[in-house]
Amino acid sequence: MTRFVLKRLAGAVLVLLALSVLVYSLFYLAPGDPARLACGERCNPQQIAQVREQLGLNESMFTQYLHFLQGVFAGRDYSTGTAVVRCDAPCLGLSYQSDQQVTRLVLERLPATASLVVGALVVWLVVGVGTGLLSALRRGGPTERILTLLTLAGSGTPVFILGLLLLMAVCAYLQWLPFPSYVPFGENPEQWGWNLLLPWLTLGLFESAKYARLTRSATLETLAEDHIRTFRAYGVSERSVVTRHALRGAVPPVIAISAVDLGSMFGGAVLTESLFGIPGLGKTLIDGVKAIDLPVVVGVVMVTGTFVVLANVVADLLYAAADRRVVLT
Amino acid sequence: MTAPTDTTAPVAGIPASGAARQVWRRLRTRPSALVSAAVLLLLVLLALAAPLLAALEGQDANTYHDDLVDSARGGVPYGAFGGASADHWLGVEPGTGRDLFVRLLHGARISLLVAVGATAVQILIGVLVGLAAGLGGRWIDGVLGRVTDVLVALPMLVLAVALTAVVPRDFPRPLLLILVIGFLGWAGTSRLVRAQTLTLKSLDFVAASRLAGSGPWRTARRELLPSLAAPVITYAAILVPTNIVVEASLSFLGVGVTPPTPSWGQMLSTAQTWFRADPAYVLLPAGLLFVTVLAFTVLGDAVRTALDPREASRLRVGTRKESRRDSLKETSR
Repeated sequence: MTRFVLKRLAGAVLVLLALSVLVYSLFYLAPGDPARLACGERCNPQQIAQVREQLGLNESMFTQYLHFLQGVFAGRDYSTGTAVVRCDAPCLGLSYQSDQQVTRLVLERLPATASLVVGALVVWLVVGVGTGLLSALRRGGPTERILTLLTLAGSGTPVFILGLLLLMAVCAYLQWLPFPSYVPFGENPEQWGWNLLLPWLTLGLFESAKYARLTRSATLETLAEDHIRTFRAYGVSERSVVTRHALRGAVPPVIAISAVDLGSMFGGAVLTESLFGIPGLGKTLIDGVKAIDLPVVVGVVMVTGTFVVLANVVADLLYAAADRRVVLT
Repeated sequence: MTAPTDTTAPVAGIPASGAARQVWRRLRTRPSALVSAAVLLLLVLLALAAPLLAALEGQDANTYHDDLVDSARGGVPYGAFGGASADHWLGVEPGTGRDLFVRLLHGARISLLVAVGATAVQILIGVLVGLAAGLGGRWIDGVLGRVTDVLVALPMLVLAVALTAVVPRDFPRPLLLILVIGFLGWAGTSRLVRAQTLTLKSLDFVAASRLAGSGPWRTARRELLPSLAAPVITYAAILVPTNIVVEASLSFLGVGVTPPTPSWGQMLSTAQTWFRADPAYVLLPAGLLFVTVLAFTVLGDAVRTALDPREASRLRVGTRKESRRDSLKETSR
């Protein structure tokens, strides 16, 4: 167990290093001049050269990368010309645009993403697992056909189409909800919930299709096992067989995949965030890309990668915890 | 040729042998597959004939028609259903008054071009990497396996967004999208090809070829590739709709093709500000995108079941044992 975790964590660190090299070298090749961008429109060549010096852009790519690693593990100092800014580990650099520390920026944006993702998790666990179970119970009937059709349609549609249609229906026509605009939880919990309701539904329902399929297949798989036959022979009702015993087979995969999904969504549900204007990590990434703000993009990609890789380890552990038959190697 | 004339071409890429005819016979019995194929054929024809149809309508994609939009109401088209008229069959774009019919058709061209192109790149890289991993020694297999793992683990959309920003603005955007999606999405194909290669490698006819003195490259080309065609084509049919969604997502995020080139995702992105005043502008691209993706998905599934009847339809939910890793397939959110 401990050995498994250590092995996987070592692997995770390697993956993240590979990712950082990849992202760093890609952006090093970027055609835009970061110094010009950081300096602003009205800078003369002299000022740009000065900014380039401050940002360390004159150094070789390898040196810049080493400085980046140093920042992540030990922190580093930045001189802004007049003062020295200390950036503590894990330091992901300073934004070219705002001189803000990327680590702080990420921490600032994380609550919005977390709010979105956790609510969506509730939706897909309830709706996804519910429909999956229902279609396992009613297999062969019309209910199942309808659910199958819905799942098929849901898994093929981009999330922003679902979101736009929901916005149109709920906000523009029925006018049940105002147009969502993000309110932090700390500011007003009630408004936070109302404004996030639609994003939660959008992302949650979008993911539900996958979970319905997963729940159904796992449940049916369990139903084919011997102990279920024994329960049936004892006269346990079909409903009870499915909901109390067969569902147990669906729990491990649902937990494990939820963990993986949560991991990758914490790095920003880019499309949902940009549709509803939620100031999370995904939106930070898009803004960073549009401004060619190298440290922000590298930072967000690294944070996303970290979440994904860790989530995979957690998923494997949860899977083993929920299903005793699985042996971790 | 003594073979009976079968004018209906089966799946592209498969020689018209007995097997292909059998596949076609099975496909023919599935109405959903036929409808999907018909829809896609129509869409491809419309996309190909876009300049012709534009000439027929007498409009082009980029002319502004300020007289057709109500500037007092912020640029909402005059008339019902987004300003549909005899001159503008599907109405005009709010704000600019550009012809929506022509823009949607050009959007279909971009969508199909990028999706099919990216699929070709994915298949090409995937087959090469998969063959190398399957035929190469332990070392090559190990290294390629790790690379594939890393690629699968990374959030594709995030990386794609990052990549599109790096390349100079004057680089042709559709080509860039094809390359970005292609180079980020070959992991599934290479895993499939590797697994197939390992199975095939142990079969007698491959061993015979090796014994007869063929090198690995020759064996791959002459013995393995023909057997790999069927599973790879099926997989390609599943990749295309995914790629359509990725392209639309990138355009939606504003990092796809550059304006004024029209694309569905980009229209949906602008539609965010218009859906209250001009619902047609949301519904048309959304509907087209939805139907296209659905048709590709259904057809891909049908081709897969037709090629290998032992495999139950993936769309009949749950009849197939869904492995954990399989469900981790990238979705764009």
